[in-house]
Amino acid sequence: MLIKRTESWQLPESAVTPREQFEDRRRFIKGAGALGLGAIAGGLGLGLAGGPARAASLQHVKSDVHTADALGLEVTGKEHATQYNNFYEFGTAKGDPVANAQDFEPLPWTVEVDGHVASAGTYSFDDLVKPHQLEERVYRFRCVEAWSMVVPWVGIPLADIIKRLEPTSQARYVAFQTLLDPSRMPGQAYNVIPWPYVEGLRMDEAMNPLTLMVVGMYGETLPNQNGAPLRLIVPWKYGFKSIKSIVKISFTSEQPPCTWNIANSREYGFYSNVNPEVDHPRWSQARERVIGTGLFPERRPTPMFNGYGEQVAHLYDGMDLRKFY
Amino acid sequence: MAAKKRNWPRLISKAGVFIVCLGPVAWIFWRALTGGPDGLGLTANPPEYLNRFIGDWALRFVLIALAITPLRLLTGRAWLMRFRRMLGLYAFFYVTLHLTSYVVIDQFFDWSAIWEDILKRTYITVGMIAFVMLIPLAVTSTARMVRRLGPDRWKRVHQMIYVIAPLGCVHYIMMAKGNQMEPWIYLGIAVALLAVRLVRFVSRRRAAHA
Repeated sequence: MLIKRTESWQLPESAVTPREQFEDRRRFIKGAGALGLGAIAGGLGLGLAGGPARAASLQHVKSDVHTADALGLEVTGKEHATQYNNFYEFGTAKGDPVANAQDFEPLPWTVEVDGHVASAGTYSFDDLVKPHQLEERVYRFRCVEAWSMVVPWVGIPLADIIKRLEPTSQARYVAFQTLLDPSRMPGQAYNVIPWPYVEGLRMDEAMNPLTLMVVGMYGETLPNQNGAPLRLIVPWKYGFKSIKSIVKISFTSEQPPCTWNIANSREYGFYSNVNPEVDHPRWSQARERVIGTGLFPERRPTPMFNGYGEQVAHLYDGMDLRKFY
Repeated sequence: MAAKKRNWPRLISKAGVFIVCLGPVAWIFWRALTGGPDGLGLTANPPEYLNRFIGDWALRFVLIALAITPLRLLTGRAWLMRFRRMLGLYAFFYVTLHLTSYVVIDQFFDWSAIWEDILKRTYITVGMIAFVMLIPLAVTSTARMVRRLGPDRWKRVHQMIYVIAPLGCVHYIMMAKGNQMEPWIYLGIAVALLAVRLVRFVSRRRAAHA
């Protein structure tokens, strides 16, 4: 007999906002704008209806397991996930990225691959992405600032890309780097954090089936403010580990530097796994505020590894997660 | 009692400043009801938006109130002093609103979590100390209290603002992520406003000893 176990991270399909409903709303917003009610609803259209129309729908298959199935969590409204962002390359306020990234042209895009890898070289976006089948996965997203979203990402398991690049046995870590170009990323004019943004994973973390190289969300290409055209999603780690607008992938034997760890090592460690028991020095990580649930948002307990313990807890067997935060 | 002669220019200017100072509150209501100029309303994270926005204004009003005396000293315009108490009370109003948004919207009366925050998070400890120190200033702001305390004692109580203002700035510096410039600008302004007073104090003492 087949018994379907509902795992803790599974979200109900019913939780995804139906596409028609979503688009109806857009149409309503546009209509309202035409009637001079723009001040009321126009802003919602800012990132969606307004600006250059570059969001294109993506061919993808739905994940078998990471669908919005089970658990009664709701997918965060696209207007929230695409207008409330931490992306200091475009400014430090949450509304800065959507405001300042509209003129950013992500394509053409190249990614440099170097280090302990057989297929080192410079890859175009298509070289890197085209050989793979895109897949949609609904993941929890937990920011280190104690808020959370649920987002349908479209991407490729990072493991599939890494296998194709053929790292050597000396490769124990994978390092990533964001574009450095203050003329295109105005936030880089200020040294809020050291530029370029860098991040890294241990090889087994990078190869874990949950780790995604993402090119889209909500069925469309990634908006600029969300890290176009290529970003990482590591759902059991705090959001800042999921580096955006990647231009370089390096295979290293030493643990690579990470930007927030450089900026403040007491508050941000290399691992940065979601862990309700290890508080950020300035706030508790035990609970999270669910984005898009109103003026008095839902506050719910944060699960260990953001609810992905069954898939990743074994990676940290025998490690003191208070020490390796 | 004989009808008091009303000082209309004084009354109108005070009423005008009173209304202008409610601007941040009006802004919040406008954003909440219509979405505001960018249509984002109170953003995807209203508790964070409200707490930061009101906190910014709380600190600004503390600095504005603190700026009145130096402005008078530098420009010689004594009429500025008529706004000082109102601006100080607005500072207290926005600080209280900032704290209320934290207690009600952010933590929703989760007193144990709030107490833990006060004890464990240094920037909250600092902010709370600044708030508590501000209470006696607000309480003694009435003309009756000035008379009861006498000018010297009243002045000494209100000189606590020289500590409160920098504490507010430090609270902001400690909560900012990364190396952000804005909080340091606030501290710089506070230090400059206090420096004007220090210069006056030193020069007065010199004059007294001369």
